[in-house]
Amino acid sequence: MTATTETDVHEHEHGHEHGGRHPHVVPLLTYFLVFGALMVGTYLTVWAAGQDFGRFNTVVALGIAVTKATLVVLFFMHVKYSPRLTQLVVAVAVAFLALLIGGVVNDYYSPRLDGQMGPANIRRE
Amino acid sequence: MSEAAHHHPALAHHFENLGEQKEASSLGMWLFIAQEVMFFGGMFLAYTVYRNLYPAAFAEASHHLDWKLGGINTAVLILSSLTMALAVRAAALGNRKQIVLFLIATVVLGSIFLGVKVVEYGDKFEHHLVPGAHFQFPGPNARPAQIFYSLYFAMTGLHALHMIIGIPILLVLAWLAHRGRYTPAYHTPVEMTGLYWHFVDIVWIFLFPLLYLVGPH
Repeated sequence: MTATTETDVHEHEHGHEHGGRHPHVVPLLTYFLVFGALMVGTYLTVWAAGQDFGRFNTVVALGIAVTKATLVVLFFMHVKYSPRLTQLVVAVAVAFLALLIGGVVNDYYSPRLDGQMGPANIRRE
Repeated sequence: MSEAAHHHPALAHHFENLGEQKEASSLGMWLFIAQEVMFFGGMFLAYTVYRNLYPAAFAEASHHLDWKLGGINTAVLILSSLTMALAVRAAALGNRKQIVLFLIATVVLGSIFLGVKVVEYGDKFEHHLVPGAHFQFPGPNARPAQIFYSLYFAMTGLHALHMIIGIPILLVLAWLAHRGRYTPAYHTPVEMTGLYWHFVDIVWIFLFPLLYLVGPH
């Protein structure tokens, strides 16, 4: 059943002239493929937790999570098909989060002036 | 050119047309999500700091969470994101029955997620793993383990709160969709709620490995 009326069609054309967009209809197959990839990613997350990658355990887990999140943002949230301004907002949000967490993590894995690792004045267990 | 085209009932007077209005809504929603990223980001930062300070205690405390329940909930939430995406697609195609169907499916899956969460929280209360006067944890790591559980409840609690807010919104959308409020030309509320729901899904995608799967499993 379709509810597209004459009014709707007209609005489309009107919107298009002024830089508006048709509602972007993503093929069903794309959604199902993304869903499949997200489920495989969840399985991989659990699998990776059972493996020992040494210091890279967290990196692997986060790598999978970032990949899954990227798929959700690009396809489920339509950012792949969105205006540049939306894409910019998303990129800036991610960049600031990376700055926040990356800056702190960098502190933990950098040698200090006294040759020790990590921020000064903390007691590790 | 009909009069109706200029005065779509959903078109606010300060917008030229529905396309312009939708882009403004979309940008506003994304700015809201950007501040949500920083909001949750503060807690992810606290988690990062304490996990680097107490890696062994975090691994030990994480083993008291049931990763199978966490994994099932991850799958449930991803499936709910799919149904949400399909609801938005149905709205863009003007398929009223499907919008309602997929929104209700999203509500059901979200409720299953929260139900599992209730079972998990109940288990933590039973085993004295809720931070506070009755917190008990075997071994010398009780103090940092309590920090882990403080973060666990703060992060999953805030995540659950987002879903508790989202579900009634989805129900209202389903009711309005049933009444024929949304058309291919105008279904912005369905789309914006979709963005919110997917964002909540993304938060969980990070919470699952960071809380349930710390250390060798």
